[in-house]
Amino acid sequence: MIDISFLPAVVTVITFAFLVSFFRIMKGPTAGDRFIALDAATTITTALLAILAVIYDREWLIDVAIIYALLSFIAIIAIARYLEGGL
Amino acid sequence: MMAEILSIAAQLLIIIGTFFLLVGAVGLIRLPDMFTRMHAATKCTTLGAMCTLLGVAIIMQGSVAIKAVLMIIFIALGNPTSAHAIARAAYRSGTRMKIGSYDAFKEEFE
Repeated sequence: MIDISFLPAVVTVITFAFLVSFFRIMKGPTAGDRFIALDAATTITTALLAILAVIYDREWLIDVAIIYALLSFIAIIAIARYLEGGL
Repeated sequence: MMAEILSIAAQLLIIIGTFFLLVGAVGLIRLPDMFTRMHAATKCTTLGAMCTLLGVAIIMQGSVAIKAVLMIIFIALGNPTSAHAIARAAYRSGTRMKIGSYDAFKEEFE
């Protein structure tokens, strides 16, 4: 059995990374800064959901992570088209 | 023996992935303008998420591992695509680099 007792510390560090990118979403001077920070934040959240699936031993959290990644990809593409003026 | 190697590999992959996620977030704060921030955020979070998901796939074997590997493939395909779309949209909406450099896009658009 693999030792997973270090994973709560990993969750703490990943949550800190999410909060740092969320600070950039709040502050970013241009719209592109906010969208880049949003892209990074969704990728960080995907990794965080996978870690939580290991900690709580719930398989459906992996499914949640898959759906989250797919929806965030589509949302980022739609936002980029909107920013470009083509939507 | 094999189980120990897999255990150490999974722990190392998760720690390396967490480190790269943190580095991407710090680069998002510290770098001066939008395109350099994108340089830090996109590459570091892509590698970090891929390493973390690979570690999760090793720990939780079975059907979860298949889903995690599918998600690794999707992140490797989708994350650079969305970053490219955002960069193109930001350039077309008027964002420019702060540090002076050769702008090859300008000749294409004008």
